[in-house]
Amino acid sequence: METGQTITFAAFANQFLVGLSRAMILFIVSSGMSFVLGVLRVPNVAHGSLYMIGAFSAFSISTFLGGGTMGFWVALILSPFVVALVSLIAERALFCHLYEREHLMLLLFTFALMLILGDLVKLTWGAEYRSFMAPLTFRGSIPVLGSSFPKYNLFLLVVGPLVAIGLWLFTNKTKIGKIARAAAVDREMVGAMGINVSWVFAFAFVLGCFLAGLGGALVAPTISIAIGMDHDIIMEAFLIVTIGGLGNMWGAMLGSLIFGLTLSFGVLFLPQFAIAFPYIAVGVILIWRPTGMLKSVW
Amino acid sequence: MLEVEGIHTYYGLSHILFDVSLKVSRGEIACLLGRNGAGKSTTMKSIMGLTPPRQGTISFKGKSVMGKKPYQLARLGIGYVPDDRRVFADLTVGDNLEISERRSGDSATWTKESVYDFFEALGHIDHRKAGLLSGGEQQMLTIARALMTNPEFLLLDEPTEGLAPMVVKTLEEQIGKLKDRGLTVLLAEQNQKVALNLSDQGYVIDRGMIRYHGSIDDLRDNEEVRKKYLLV
Ligand SMILES: Nc1ncnc2c1ncn2[C@@H]1O[C@H](COP(=O)(O)OP(=O)(O)O)[C@@H](O)[C@H]1O
Ligand SMILES: [Mg+2]
Repeated sequence: METGQTITFAAFANQFLVGLSRAMILFIVSSGMSFVLGVLRVPNVAHGSLYMIGAFSAFSISTFLGGGTMGFWVALILSPFVVALVSLIAERALFCHLYEREHLMLLLFTFALMLILGDLVKLTWGAEYRSFMAPLTFRGSIPVLGSSFPKYNLFLLVVGPLVAIGLWLFTNKTKIGKIARAAAVDREMVGAMGINVSWVFAFAFVLGCFLAGLGGALVAPTISIAIGMDHDIIMEAFLIVTIGGLGNMWGAMLGSLIFGLTLSFGVLFLPQFAIAFPYIAVGVILIWRPTGMLKSVW
Repeated sequence: MLEVEGIHTYYGLSHILFDVSLKVSRGEIACLLGRNGAGKSTTMKSIMGLTPPRQGTISFKGKSVMGKKPYQLARLGIGYVPDDRRVFADLTVGDNLEISERRSGDSATWTKESVYDFFEALGHIDHRKAGLLSGGEQQMLTIARALMTNPEFLLLDEPTEGLAPMVVKTLEEQIGKLKDRGLTVLLAEQNQKVALNLSDQGYVIDRGMIRYHGSIDDLRDNEEVRKKYLLV
């Protein structure tokens, strides 16, 4: 009763937008994981670590450039490439030799990679909190539907759909994207067409990790960057991919929206239990549709 | 063009091919006849590097291709049409062809347009998802897809299996035309009629061993071999 009276339309709209912008980060990260899972059929346990590296890289790059607007944009653009490079090295040096082995080996490798990357981050950046500031244009709030809404979150609301469109165009309109989709289902036949599937897998892996890095760089201005951020995101990404449908990009979008919005409405209605809401939603969805809401790619 | 010498192939612990040898010369169609389970597909897969033999040798255009990966064999000029079709179901007909395209240097190269000229039925369904095609259309697509890699040599694994007689007849004609265009073919078949019509020489395989080899006319006349190894 009491809470019911305090919830205004403005607060509702505000939480809705907060949830949406959180969902955009979740989408960017989990769509990358979903893509790797769809093509290579391996859940990349190290995906969260790469997200963390994306955030720390953004901090370092912008610090190196003395911060500011310029530092922000360069860091935002370069960090995903740093992460992509790390993943490319891991893939070509170690991961690619395991494709002929059982999937369990690949899974174990990504687990080992998570531990290694976690330690490397600790060695490189230490255990302190770091921060990465958005440029002045993105700081502060603007009035939206009667409440004030952080400008940076609006920026996220623009970037999320752009990534979705980009990923859709890539998988549906480019030759390499189509090859990746074919390899997801029948890599042997793709090989028999003269395509070196090992490179297709490398590309898919690196692209997925790039998205983890992008998510990490994008989230960085909204959080304190610290070790441990890999664990939170990986759990969420796994659940999102599971409820969305394995390898399905729109599933990742839907799952992220559910995750982001249930959390922010939880904050609105029952703040002390807010954190439980997304997990309850996941439970309900899995009972309702055990294979995920949308079709798995395989 | 292709020489297979004494290969032994296994699936895990089960020994499937025993000392299989065969030879296909440039420009001809050789058929590999045998009942269901005789080892035809395993022979094709062994040549394509999908189930590498543990013993024996395979050479293509005079060079050993042992230990080569399927994609390398495809680049050397071997096209593979599997028995279970395996179109990329999620992609359209056009995309199936597009991702398989490998340009070869010469002018006789296959393109999407020339493939659609060759299999007219496919040209009309360029935008349809391959998974939604009929059996005959899927079979045409797998052959078309292999042609897009511009092979010199084609492994055709039971292309007529499970198709209506009319479709079988069309496919038979088209395979004959491929030979006229200079393609060399190893054709695995249970359908004796098609194989005898098309081929220059024939091999008969049973329980993983080559039981007979001769010209197609000799095989046609050899009622005894055909009864013994091919009648169901
Ligand atoms: N993946 C496999 N694993 C184990 N045994 C197989 C496999 N594929 C085929 N076989 C066995 O190998 C033998 C030959 O099969 P195959 O080459 O497919 O025959 P064909 O193509 O002439 O019908 C059969 O006895 C079959 O049961
Ligand atoms: Mg077969």
